[in-house]
Amino acid sequence: MLNYDIVVIGGGPAGLAAAIEAKNNGVNRILVIERDRELGGILQQCIHNGFGLHIFKEELTGPEYAERFIEELLEMGIEYKLDTMVLDVSSDKVIYAMNTTEGILNIQAKAIVLAMGCRERTRGAINIPGTRPAGIFTAGTAQRFVNMEGYMVGKKVVILGSGDIGLIMARRMTLEGAEVKAVVELMPYSGGLTRNIVQCLDDYNIPLFLSHTITNIKGKSRIEEVTVAKVDENRRPIPGTEKVFDCDTLLLSVGLIPENELSQNAGVQIHPLTGGPIVNESMETSIGGIFACGNVLHVHDLVDWVTEESRRAGKNAARYVKDELVYNGAAIKTETGYGVRYIVPQEVRVENIEDNLQLMMRVSDVYRSAKMVIKLDDEVYKKIKKNHLAPAEMESVNIPVKDLINKDFKTITVALEVEEG
Amino acid sequence: MKVDVAIIGAGVIGTYIARELSRYRLNTVIIEKENDIADGTTKANSAIVHAGYDAKIGSLKAKTNVLGNQLYEELCRELDVPFKRIGSLVVAFSNEEMETLEELLEQGNKNGVPDLKILHKEELREMEPNLSEDVTAALYAPTAGVVGPFELAVALAENAADNGVEILLNSPVTSIDKKDDGYNIIAGTHNIDAKYVINCAGLYADEINNMVNKPYFEIIPNRGQYHLFDKSTGNFVNKIVFQCPTKVGKGVLVLPTVHGNILIGPTAENTEDKEAHETTGEGFAFLREKAEKVVKDFPYYKVITSFSGLRAKTATGDFIIEEVKESKGFINVAAIDSPGLSAAPAIGNMVVDILMETAGGIEENKNFNPKRKAFKPFSELAMEEKKQLIDKDPRYGRIICRCEQITEGEIVDVVNRRAGASTLDAVKRRARAGMGRCQGGFCGPRVMEIIARELNMDIADIVKDRPDAYILTGPTKASKTKIDTLAAATKEE
Repeated sequence: MLNYDIVVIGGGPAGLAAAIEAKNNGVNRILVIERDRELGGILQQCIHNGFGLHIFKEELTGPEYAERFIEELLEMGIEYKLDTMVLDVSSDKVIYAMNTTEGILNIQAKAIVLAMGCRERTRGAINIPGTRPAGIFTAGTAQRFVNMEGYMVGKKVVILGSGDIGLIMARRMTLEGAEVKAVVELMPYSGGLTRNIVQCLDDYNIPLFLSHTITNIKGKSRIEEVTVAKVDENRRPIPGTEKVFDCDTLLLSVGLIPENELSQNAGVQIHPLTGGPIVNESMETSIGGIFACGNVLHVHDLVDWVTEESRRAGKNAARYVKDELVYNGAAIKTETGYGVRYIVPQEVRVENIEDNLQLMMRVSDVYRSAKMVIKLDDEVYKKIKKNHLAPAEMESVNIPVKDLINKDFKTITVALEVEEG
Repeated sequence: MKVDVAIIGAGVIGTYIARELSRYRLNTVIIEKENDIADGTTKANSAIVHAGYDAKIGSLKAKTNVLGNQLYEELCRELDVPFKRIGSLVVAFSNEEMETLEELLEQGNKNGVPDLKILHKEELREMEPNLSEDVTAALYAPTAGVVGPFELAVALAENAADNGVEILLNSPVTSIDKKDDGYNIIAGTHNIDAKYVINCAGLYADEINNMVNKPYFEIIPNRGQYHLFDKSTGNFVNKIVFQCPTKVGKGVLVLPTVHGNILIGPTAENTEDKEAHETTGEGFAFLREKAEKVVKDFPYYKVITSFSGLRAKTATGDFIIEEVKESKGFINVAAIDSPGLSAAPAIGNMVVDILMETAGGIEENKNFNPKRKAFKPFSELAMEEKKQLIDKDPRYGRIICRCEQITEGEIVDVVNRRAGASTLDAVKRRARAGMGRCQGGFCGPRVMEIIARELNMDIADIVKDRPDAYILTGPTKASKTKIDTLAAATKEE
């Protein structure tokens, strides 16, 4: 059995930031376990720029953003294992992993940081009927083929879903000489960032069909055509609105799912709306000493927020190892009100916050000129004016710890007050 | 090529017969139009070994189902094929359906199905806590089981090949001519003289028959659509749950597969088209409505894929297993719809008996080996066995498919076996890489890389399933520049 103070599962942006911050906080025996052949996670295939505007105040590509953390990790001498798969995590923090050089590994950790990221929702999960030909890819898989393996996946492309990876791939495929015929989005608004709609679709005259979906897939060997139909307010296809697109490729960007199979096996409680662990202010899950951050916790829009959140997880994992986290039973619950889909963290132990409590959240619809109303128990604490709110963009709220300490609050509620309907 | 026996069709029936014939001193060839084993009805069905109570008394279906069921344990043990005898329930919602259960019980007893009994509400609830409150009783058949159908056909083909059977893939039969001493078959690029022909062509068995004999049966494709759910749903039911049969079939089932997923299906739709493999919105709605009647609060959102298969039905409703009177040595094994998979071993044995009688004096193959090279998923090995295997071959230490925890060692193994995998779907069916919740999103590129490396192919030539089901369309601009620069540099040298 190997022994470490902190084992970080996943060497993507979340795991890297968590490991670095844990070391910065005085813990030395740290191990990062990565299943891929290199550190950096999905950032390595995101060769477009736009990463790091908040953290570094400059625009980096995905690999550049990852490289900054990888270099820092190497300089700090933090141990890592590549090409190594964690197969099981137990509630008493024993990790069972495997690789080709060391075989089966059993590792006892004092604290664990879960940073496994997420996977893409597939065609099967959204139940599009039709045949099952080649040429249907999740956008991320297509991105890997194009950017990592150096192969194109098709020439005439339809994209279902307007998540960020789908939008980025619309541009990428176009630049590689493919014809992107349409981006089809079920919802009346896009699932991606506004800047991506502008830079990836508008700049290349790629049409975006909002409130539309794909109702049929044809093609025996390779995909030959898809049927696109308009949907009603209940997202059901409207008969008679069908259009047929002749294509050889369908890319899917229809959502990301935090990969929590390991967490669940360990007994970590999962939140039904985030799909990730329920955590407290320290990013600690329902099992003491097991922390979570990044897309395994909830799906983020920007990697910068992942970094920020993961630093918090890494720092608190170190505090846990040093026995500095306070467990006195009292916790404030965060609750969602009108228009707010979820809030992370779900629980707050005020004693452990150093200066600010940061609440990360997503709204459930597109709202123009709304107010975010924060209540401490029944009292309105603050109203924040927002000109534009969309489910694709994460929102955050900071509450100074001085406003929370020694007040014995039971709940913090965030709701929207919408001025125009 | 000159052979003794030509088997047309590499589904579970054809491969079973091939393996049985390899016990004898016969030159046998399997002719398959597709590029893999088990590519027709065998790859898309309920994956059940039925107990045998629902076939009409005295029918071929009744006889071969009950017998076939008994043969499954040993067959699957010999060939390392996953099989679990988990039992089945036919549930009733009303007094009228209760009568149907009584009829099925009686029919089952007459068919020779062992240990059938009717369970009432309390016992049933204990056995299956997630069944709907509206279920009043059920017919329990402990001998029913679940199996991996394509794993079985692949194992049979591999073992047959190990024992000398030749397999010709990508070889659609276009003509069969009757000769004095047998038959001449044109199949793809092959010209085959065979003394005996066994027609196991599934949906196309009528067309194969009609190449030689008077048309006397017609195969009616009947589509069944299915949903497959994430393994986290696997304990929702413990047994195969049927609803009372109706005129159109056995109804929609809810069952745990041998690999621990939940499978819901099938529909039953007659179609004209033998290639009508699509799923439909109507089909999905039908399945959901029927399944929700039996299981309450099932997590439908955990669906990972949907598929459809085509049953090879015929008007009489029974199997056709016979030597054609006008054509000595031509044996039809046709209209093998449900319970064809369950009956396959008994059907195969019947065919071998027919052939032995018509051929006469065939000697045994003393070198026949009923076992194939050990095949056990890495994840199911004991810890010590895992360690030893990684020591011997480090590729077993590298997980390629995260969802199903399939190692590189297993993928390399299935690519390099006899009747091995050369496509993405062929690897998926043998090693289960890509079978899980991400449906190959993560492992697809890695599996393609392994196939290309092992078979010395260009990765761009790896297909999903059919020969023209290409995945990649060529190098990107950047990698093309790299290739061109490399080529220019080589030229200069």
